[in-house]
Amino acid sequence: MAILEVKDVGKRFGGLQALGDVNLSVAENTCHAIIGPNGAGKSTLLNCLIGKLIPDTGSVMFDGKSVLGRKPHEINQMGISRVFQTPEIFGDLTVLENMMIPIFAERDGAFALNPLKMADKQADVIERAEAMLEDMNMADKRHMHAAAMSRGDKRRLEIGMCLSQQPRLLLLDEPTAGMARADTNNTIDLLKQIKDERDITIAIIEHDMHVVFSLADRITVLAQGTPLVEDTPDKIKGHPKVREAYLGESA
Amino acid sequence: MFGLNSKDTRLLLIVAALCLFAPFLLNPFPEGSELAQFNAGYPDLMQRFVIFGIFAIGFNILFGLTGYLSFGHAAFLGVGSYSAVWMFKLLGYNVLPGIVLSVIVAGLFSLLIGFISLRRSGIYFSILTLAFAQMSFAMAYSVLTPITNGETGLQVYTDDPQFLMGANSPNVPHLFGLQMNATYKMELGAWLFQFNAGYYLCAIIMLVMFYLAVRIFRSPFGIMLRAVKTNQNRMNFTGLNSRPYTLAAFVISGMYAGLAGGLMASMDPLAGAERMQWTASGEVVLMTILGGAGTLIGPVLGAGFIKYFENIFSKINDSVLHGWFAFLPDGLEDFVVAILHPFVGKGWHLTLGILFMLVVIFLPGGLIEGGQRVARLFRRKKQTPDGKDPEHHPKPAPHVAE
Repeated sequence: MAILEVKDVGKRFGGLQALGDVNLSVAENTCHAIIGPNGAGKSTLLNCLIGKLIPDTGSVMFDGKSVLGRKPHEINQMGISRVFQTPEIFGDLTVLENMMIPIFAERDGAFALNPLKMADKQADVIERAEAMLEDMNMADKRHMHAAAMSRGDKRRLEIGMCLSQQPRLLLLDEPTAGMARADTNNTIDLLKQIKDERDITIAIIEHDMHVVFSLADRITVLAQGTPLVEDTPDKIKGHPKVREAYLGESA
Repeated sequence: MFGLNSKDTRLLLIVAALCLFAPFLLNPFPEGSELAQFNAGYPDLMQRFVIFGIFAIGFNILFGLTGYLSFGHAAFLGVGSYSAVWMFKLLGYNVLPGIVLSVIVAGLFSLLIGFISLRRSGIYFSILTLAFAQMSFAMAYSVLTPITNGETGLQVYTDDPQFLMGANSPNVPHLFGLQMNATYKMELGAWLFQFNAGYYLCAIIMLVMFYLAVRIFRSPFGIMLRAVKTNQNRMNFTGLNSRPYTLAAFVISGMYAGLAGGLMASMDPLAGAERMQWTASGEVVLMTILGGAGTLIGPVLGAGFIKYFENIFSKINDSVLHGWFAFLPDGLEDFVVAILHPFVGKGWHLTLGILFMLVVIFLPGGLIEGGQRVARLFRRKKQTPDGKDPEHHPKPAPHVAE
């Protein structure tokens, strides 16, 4: 069953047709990758999914409900979490506090006025945050300032924060961009583990073919704002249209 | 104690002790001595220390935690003052209704201004709040004269209704009969210590407000406010709506400002429009940054520091300087006085400005950071002989790849 349905989505920036009639359906509990050369409209598509941009035409349905016109925090509360190209974490806060925030958001909703409760007495939240840090293998860093960590650790924390909300759909925007090989491999292992152990749907946008082919169940190739082909990784590898899009007409 | 951890409890007790013993601490020099003019332990100034302390604590909840720099907080202070004086005019000189109303009115006013201004962030937010405050100031001066009494300032007249005034109620601000200007003077040898009822009322309220601020800092709500400052993007994509958080912080700090305004009017039942001017808004920004934005005690220190300069340094005039340097030969004496002249008296702003620049450049964390550095210096000196310095140990071997 499709958890995310994108139908005829188009987006135009002035004279540039960034997206034209994109149709995409992501099945539940699979990992769906969206690849394409620079300027293919991958990030525009992602921004349309999470409420940062509103497409000119078409519809985006998550679990049978439209996400269009909703604010980012509302879309997140529906069960969509997003990992950014550069890790977006709370740099001034400690790692533990970072991990507590999404759990507070899940427990208390989008806004809670509780200025007289003590944060260090919220045992249920702290317990869950500690457990998630344990899962992410970063329990020893819990009192560190998040900004002081390496990029790989920041990414790990960000993914952990997203997972602690128990989202149904995890969107990843080039999760290994700008990472060293070792960090990339760690991230791939982490994502594989998440995919195997949890009931979660993953949609991933990626440049790095190594990452895509080690994770994806299905791949959509985007070129010039429209989907070129959608198939399993094995079929995509040798597809003539994909080679054409990536390498130019002559290939 | 009070649900705080030991570190915060200690801080609270230190502040309580400082407030309680302020009349002694601020009057270290005997009366009539050369240095007596550096004494700050008189009621008027001590009241101002704690009132502006409240103002700065509240401002710090907004600026220190969320990073939203409001340039219009004096408007809430002014609104608080006007509300309190109106209560004196209508009900009588008991300060309680005035203080309560000043908090409520400032809260409502900040809700309105915050709701509009918080649609923008950064410099645009600052400009919007500044515009609102200047607008309030100009209106209080002109078209709102029926409410604010314009340039004269709002004050209590003998023909005001004062419905709750009994036959023998005191004719000055009081709390259930305890007059705010009542001062007990204690002479100890050459020293004179003054214990003022109004000061202690303000000090108790400041302690409660300080305790409240500590609770806010340590609450889940406080973590969210710091999250707003750090990364609003991540906050929104974590399912949190940052707007109500910033608005709540804005209203809370507006209510603190209103309370400070109400207390100011309670100490001296008079409210003028100049209390809302942008210089007054800028002053609280200076206090917070000078003391250390985002720290608990910093803004209180900053408030005390600036008020001390304003009231003590400004009193040093040329004749005082001549008195100090009388031991020098005449020509040299005139020269030294001429050099120091721009820094004291009416030139106290210059000294304060230079100090502010030095603090911002060398101690970006404010006076608190200065204190921490000094403390660290002492700790290091003590620990080095043992070879157990926690900050200088061999670095753990970095792991390259796994």
